[in-house]
Order: sequence, then structure tokens, then C-alpha cells
Amino acid sequence: MSKRTIVPFGPQHPVLPEPIHLDLVLEDEKVVEAIPSIGFVHRGLEKLVEKKEFTEYVYVAERICGICSFMHGMGYCQAVENIMGIKIPERAEYLRTLWAELSRIHSHLLWLGLLADAFGFESLFMHCWKLREQILDVFESTTGGRVIFSVCKIGGVRKDIDQDTLKGIVAVIDKMQKELKELTDVFIEDYSVKHRLVGVGVLTKQEAHEVGAVGPMMRASGINQDMRKLGYAAYKYLDFEPVVENDGDCYARTLVRIREIYQSMDLIRQCAAKMPEGEIEEKFKGMPSGERFERLEQPRGEVIYYVKANGTKFLDRVRVRTPTFTNVPALLKILQGCDLADVPMMVLTIDPCISCTER
Amino acid sequence: MSFLKKSPWIIHYDGTSCNGCDIEVLACLTPLYDVERFGVVNTGNPKHADILLITGSVNEQNKDVVWQIFNQMPNPKVVVAVGICATSGGIFAECYNVMGGVDKIIPVDVYVPGCAARPESIIDGVVKAVEILEEKRAAMTKKRKMAKVRRVSGPVSLSNMF
Amino acid sequence: MVDKQTIIEVKVDELVDKAVLMKGQGYRLVQISCTYKENFEITYSFDKDYELVHYRIHVERDEEILSISQIFFSAFIYENELKDLFGVKIKDIAIDYEGGLYRVAKKAPFAPQNKEEEEAKHV
Repeated sequence: MSKRTIVPFGPQHPVLPEPIHLDLVLEDEKVVEAIPSIGFVHRGLEKLVEKKEFTEYVYVAERICGICSFMHGMGYCQAVENIMGIKIPERAEYLRTLWAELSRIHSHLLWLGLLADAFGFESLFMHCWKLREQILDVFESTTGGRVIFSVCKIGGVRKDIDQDTLKGIVAVIDKMQKELKELTDVFIEDYSVKHRLVGVGVLTKQEAHEVGAVGPMMRASGINQDMRKLGYAAYKYLDFEPVVENDGDCYARTLVRIREIYQSMDLIRQCAAKMPEGEIEEKFKGMPSGERFERLEQPRGEVIYYVKANGTKFLDRVRVRTPTFTNVPALLKILQGCDLADVPMMVLTIDPCISCTER
Repeated sequence: MSFLKKSPWIIHYDGTSCNGCDIEVLACLTPLYDVERFGVVNTGNPKHADILLITGSVNEQNKDVVWQIFNQMPNPKVVVAVGICATSGGIFAECYNVMGGVDKIIPVDVYVPGCAARPESIIDGVVKAVEILEEKRAAMTKKRKMAKVRRVSGPVSLSNMF
Repeated sequence: MVDKQTIIEVKVDELVDKAVLMKGQGYRLVQISCTYKENFEITYSFDKDYELVHYRIHVERDEEILSISQIFFSAFIYENELKDLFGVKIKDIAIDYEGGLYRVAKKAPFAPQNKEEEEAKHV
């Protein structure tokens, strides 16, 4: 039997933009076991709910994570709205969907860039991030913010988008789609990219179900589940099918995310075409009372918001179960038996968001 | 050592940030903002770095990591706190696991405001940091020269005679 | 469209049986959450075909419960979270960090720290 060594990975590591720590137990070059430890980014913001009013807590919810910030705010608002029985105007639902899908594009492009950087293809990283800036410009012109928008509020949204801007967004998306095609062709067809991705970190359908993987991780292993199908916000009016791949390796996970970018572009066009005129927010009175689990599909997968209210302006409890947190057991599964040199790829293909995980 | 001004190397550490400031720091390095045109290079090794960019506040867990990175950097060095969390704790200041701004642990030279800090203000902060770096370098050189003078004109000792 | 939310209250010793049952029917463990209100109110959520099922148990502060991580492997991370943040006593966790997952400065920050906080929760 060969000698066992423990290699610490992180918290400050060139491939990781965020601190996570893994203890890798190695037998020669093979990883036998991986033990994660987190807690570097833990702030305890769920506890803040005792100090902030429920209408103010939206700002805290948006700052759980700066990448899927909009969807965190949206999830929290939806949970409270459903407890209070507020029906938000249809136009607000469409606007939320539009920003949510733009966020998905920006998040997936960001991830593609980081992946390219992880396998040492720096110019591809730069191209991805250059393309992403066009989406951020759309955010800036419609909400005023680049990463954190604060446009979501309980009862609707704060800002409206006029018809001309809406046309402008569709024009940006159309222009981007051509440029994106060139970029994604590299990911899909390039020999050196495939060499790093194909057959690496396989998670079978059975395993994915057992370890409770969510989001693109689950869909890349052949499980057809997308929380957008629950029909929250405007998704009930839109036409789409979950993106599913069957191989379960890093390549499949990349393909799922690439195809989801195109899908989001399509959803944005549908949104722009179907958006009705009308109010953008519903006035409400009173305090929430009751509890609710609310599910949403974030770029990284399913997120659950649990809100428990007691009829006062301070909530009893808010609990956020974020997608990366659930994907950690799946990461441990795929790390077993892989090469040390592939560890960064594995960690990246679950699309880790540590500030989400630790809150 | 005047070349430091021409090409400052930065290291980035994420405290308990929400990622918002981190991706803006990374966005600075990518084609639209492109700080490399000022000679700024991002490095992962603290011993290569001149400027430390910190996003997010500090907590019990990462204060040692921040302290270690700061100590490993060679002099002269400048610390830039990016975003409101790194400045004071911001919206999370009341959380039980947040100690507050980065200045609780290490001396901070430049504070960049914003939630999240915009790339323009981050670049502005780095440019300010370069000025401070230059001042610190000048002060160090002066000190070194003074020390040399003192050694030559100081009290006669055996080592001076031979 | 607001979907129905059914939370089924079960006794502590029935929990493991329910988990085995859920596993047998092909459910996926979605999350485990906890709220402190006089005692620990722990909710286990399972999903199958977009349908959520919640089981809830009430646990006293000094009561020890059995882990379900032998049935659902992914439960280990939630159970360690409960242990670190609330101080729930759970035995036989598949990967037990012994309170080292979050490594927070304060012990069990989500549970009441002293008598006053404890009484405030009872109202």
C-alpha cells in the first residue's frame, strides 16, 4: 500500500476567488477522501432578522451573495408575499423574471470565465468577462446598480422599464448571441478544453439523486428538474423546457450551463414580447403571520427560503438553504478517486458560491 | 526601487464579503476596465505583492489569515479596504460573527466606499495606493541613507577600523 | 399560483422510520431547518416530482436525537449545521465535525444565550 498524505487546499488559493478549505487525503496522486471545512465567510445574517424589520430585511437578503443577489431578494419577497397573501401585478412578475434571467446569463458567463481560468486558458476567461459586461451595462441602465440592484421589494418592484429600453435589451441580447456562439464553440469543440473536461468527475444519475445534488449539477446527470417549472413569477406564462444532459461529467455540466444561457436569452425575448402594461407594485397593509417554504431556481440550483412570521414587524426566523450548500456532498462524491491536478476543476464545476453557503 | 510606481502588484483576499466586491475587483482586471494598462498585475503570492486589496469584514476565523498575508508582504506595502464591509462592517456590522472593518486587525491606508464598490472607484483607490506606496518608499530610502550616514560617522568601533 | 404546504408533526422516535419510508419511495432530502421557540422545532423537507413533504419534530434542549445521515448521506452537512449553530445534540452522524464545521466564535449562537433571551422566546 502506498503512503497516505494530507494536502490542505485553500482557503487562499489562486483558483478560488473565495475562501473554502478542503483537506485532501491522497494516496500517491489519487484523492481518497476530501473533508471540507467552511466558516471563513460565515456572518450569521439569518440572525439579523431579529434586528431588522421585515421590509428592511430585503436589503440583507440581497447581500447574501453578490452574484445571484437579485434572486435572493426575489425569493425572500415571494415568501413574505405568499404568507401575507399579496398578489403582485403581472407586469412586476414579468420584470422580476426579466432581471432574474439576465442574472442567470451574467452568472453563467462569469462561471465559464472562471472555468477557463482554472484550466489555464486565460484569453478565454477574458473574452467571457468582456461579454458579461454587456449584461452589466443593461443592469446599470435599468436599475442603477451593477451587481446589487435593490429593485425588488415586498409587493412588486421599484423601477419600471419603458418600451424603448425593452427593445434595446432585446437588441443587446441578439448582438450578444452571435458573439457568444463563437465563444461557446471553443468550450464545446476545442481539443484542449475537452481534454480537461470529458470523463472527469462523473456523477451518475443514481448518485446525484442519493447525495441530493441540485441545479445544473443534477441536470447534467440526467435528472429532469428545474424549479422554474413550479411557475413562480412569470414563468407560468413562458414556454421552456429544462436543459438536461446525461453524461454527468464536467463536460456535461459545462454544456448544461452553456445551453441555459441560450435558453435565458430566449426567455428574455419572450418576456419582452409578452409584457403587459400596468402597475408595478401592490400596496399592502399589516404584518405577516404564518410560515412558508419558498423554492426558486437560481443559476446554481434550487434555493429554499423558509420564513416564519409572528404577526409583528420582526420575523421569527428566516432560513436560506442555498444550492452550493446542498452540492457539497456531491462534490465530496466526485472528488473521491480523482487526480490531484483535477481538484480545481471539480471544485469549480459545482459552481461554488461560498458566501451563499455560509451566509 | 522607483519602479514600484510603474507596476504595482496586487494581492486580493476575500474576507466575509458577499462576492459583490470580489467580482468587481476581478472585473477591473478584465478587458473593459483593464488595470493592466497601468501596469497593475494580480498575483496569488503575498511575497510578490505591494498592495493588499481586502473585500469584506473580518471575523474570528479569518483574522489570522489576514494578519499572515499582511505580514508576509515585503515593505513598503499598502492596504486598500474595498467596499463598505471592509471599511466598517456595513450592513453586517451587527452580526454576531463579524468583528467590523479590516482596520481592527491591520492598518488600512485607503478606504474605497460603495456597496458594491464600482470598478471605477476601485481603480481610483489603487491609484491612490500607488501614491502612498511611493511616499512610503521614499521614507524608507531616506531612513536607510540616514542609517548609513550614522554608521560611518558614529562612534569608532572595531568594525569601522578594519 | 400558491402551492399547498403541509407540515406533518411526528414524534422524535418516529423520525428515522419516516426517513426510511421516504427513501424507499424515491424522495430526495431537500433541507433540514431549525427554529428555537421554547424548544427546537426541526423540519425535514423531502421532494419528489416538485412536491414537497415536511416532517416536523420538537426536541428539548438536552434531548439527543438520532442522525438520518445513514439513510440520506447529504443530511450530514445539515445536521452539523444544527449542531454548530443551535447546539442540537445529534448522534451517529456520518461525518461528524464535532462542532467544527462553522467554527463560530460564539457557541450555538442561534439558541438563547442566557435566561433573559430564553424568557423572551417563550412569550
